[in-house]
Amino acid sequence: MQIAEKSLRVTARPVARKTNWRTYFGRTWPLYAMLLLPMLQLALFHYYPMYGVVIAFQNFNPGKGFTGSPWVGLENFRYLFTNPDFTTVLSNSLIIAVAKLISLQCIAISLALMLNEARAALFKRTIQTAIYLPHFLSWIVLGGILVDLLSATGLLNRGLGVLGMEPILFLGNNLWFRPVVVITNLWKEAGWATIIYLAALTAVDPALHEAAAIDGANRWQRILHVNIPGILSVIILIACLNLGSVLQAGFEQILTLYNPAVYSTGDILDTYVYRAGLIAARYSLGGAVGLFQSAIGFVLILFAYRLADKYAGYRVF
Amino acid sequence: MIIEKNWANRLFDVANYLLLFLFGLLCLLPMLHMIAVSFSNRSAAMGGFVTLWPIGFTLRNYEEILSAGPVYQAFFVSVQRTLFGTLINMALTVLAAYPLSKSAQELKGRNWFMWILMVALLFNGGLIPWFLVIRNLGLLNSLWALILPGALPIWNVILLMNFFREVPKELEEAAIIDGASYWNTLWYIYLPLSIPALATLTLFAAVGHWNAWFDGMILITRNSLYPIMTFLRTVVIDMNLQILSVNHTDIYNLSDRAIRAANIVVATVPILIVYPFLQRYFIHGIRLGAVKG
Repeated sequence: MQIAEKSLRVTARPVARKTNWRTYFGRTWPLYAMLLLPMLQLALFHYYPMYGVVIAFQNFNPGKGFTGSPWVGLENFRYLFTNPDFTTVLSNSLIIAVAKLISLQCIAISLALMLNEARAALFKRTIQTAIYLPHFLSWIVLGGILVDLLSATGLLNRGLGVLGMEPILFLGNNLWFRPVVVITNLWKEAGWATIIYLAALTAVDPALHEAAAIDGANRWQRILHVNIPGILSVIILIACLNLGSVLQAGFEQILTLYNPAVYSTGDILDTYVYRAGLIAARYSLGGAVGLFQSAIGFVLILFAYRLADKYAGYRVF
Repeated sequence: MIIEKNWANRLFDVANYLLLFLFGLLCLLPMLHMIAVSFSNRSAAMGGFVTLWPIGFTLRNYEEILSAGPVYQAFFVSVQRTLFGTLINMALTVLAAYPLSKSAQELKGRNWFMWILMVALLFNGGLIPWFLVIRNLGLLNSLWALILPGALPIWNVILLMNFFREVPKELEEAAIIDGASYWNTLWYIYLPLSIPALATLTLFAAVGHWNAWFDGMILITRNSLYPIMTFLRTVVIDMNLQILSVNHTDIYNLSDRAIRAANIVVATVPILIVYPFLQRYFIHGIRLGAVKG
């Protein structure tokens, strides 16, 4: 009896399955059809370049392509890690990125707390309009303005001249380049970065403020003991996510503002890849630096998401 | 919120308003200076006498760059890439987000597709392989090079997918019982219900296309095919004014500085025009900002 049942099942199953699949696809084929173009895009412009990282282990020759170029193993990486330029570029990236992340978060939180205290609605909206605007301008527009503003004959140096000071070449001076990069990044992004904290502040329970006020807390104390704890989870979340970008020093900004005079403090991984890989056409070297950066970035982002999930309950989807 | 009217609070308010006002002003001053320079005459701009108000008001700078062809050409390339690029971005975003908003039971293999998307989001081959692939595909020096490589903004797919998931399932189930296909439900239920989200993503995608310049710089080698921001880069960063093709005798009567300023203003005007609309969507921007970090 058991055997008969088993054999019956063996013969019956494929038939049932086939019709199931047919009805299933008959109904859901549009979903797969919709995915066709997006997957093709991913294949061509994301996965094909991912396959292209093989050039980091080759002596890439454009005529021979990804498949025909001779393999050199870790030769490119060996050259890279013994090259003092690489150490400079790596530390520049780290220093600039970390300085940017910390300054941006501090200023954005302060601005959000201040905007939250401003009760004149029109004033608040006007200030927001002004401080969000630079976020929507490209680094070329802002860079074009800055190059002129910070030049030897620019507005800033004219102001210094009035004060009786010597002109400073802000963008051609290794002492000034990093601070300029960090501050101009604040100009572009600090306003925009307040948005998430402002949203979190609207969620702070007014009853807490009332209770604190009745207990005699002044406004300063209420900011410290009600508002900041109220948005602490968002602050922690952003800090965790920031970890994923400690190698992202801001390619477009640096490429716009830097020049050979400040390579020793301002040259970063991305600009190095661009110059060595594309301008000098040392594709394999550029590919190796790029792969190094992508691989570290990948690990950092996974780590950042793990932390964000653990400490702030954050999920991408 | 209760705030007593005592001198400490008044002082707090004054200091707070003042600081915010100063920061707001600092954000705008460089741009106002640039606009003032663009309307100033040669000697004032060259001598660096202009601060926030034009000296020797003139429209010459604008007349000169707008009377030559190259600015229009670059402008037109950018208009094209913004229109088609945004359209394709949005089409692919919707086509990817809708199926992926289904459960793994409803769409078999959904989790595989999701993985394919996430790996592409978290890992990239780097600049050089990306460039080589686009060259291999024969896209260099074409509008497609500016549109196709970024045609599927993965973050936007995830945002829209999360948005679609909040649409009540019953709507779709009822429509499917009445004989609707997935094409119908996407078109007649999901898209109309997500118009605010779609408008937000469209605006941000369009601004991104308008502002993009690096792809134009490495994927386009012919000046006549440069998008406006790449063109502007040549003028204001490389300081190459020849690309403007301004009449040779005229250029000696003009200040380089004022010409560059006018060019910056011209390239920025479209952003300033859509900025009020962008602001309407800042509430959604919160959600965008929340995930983009």
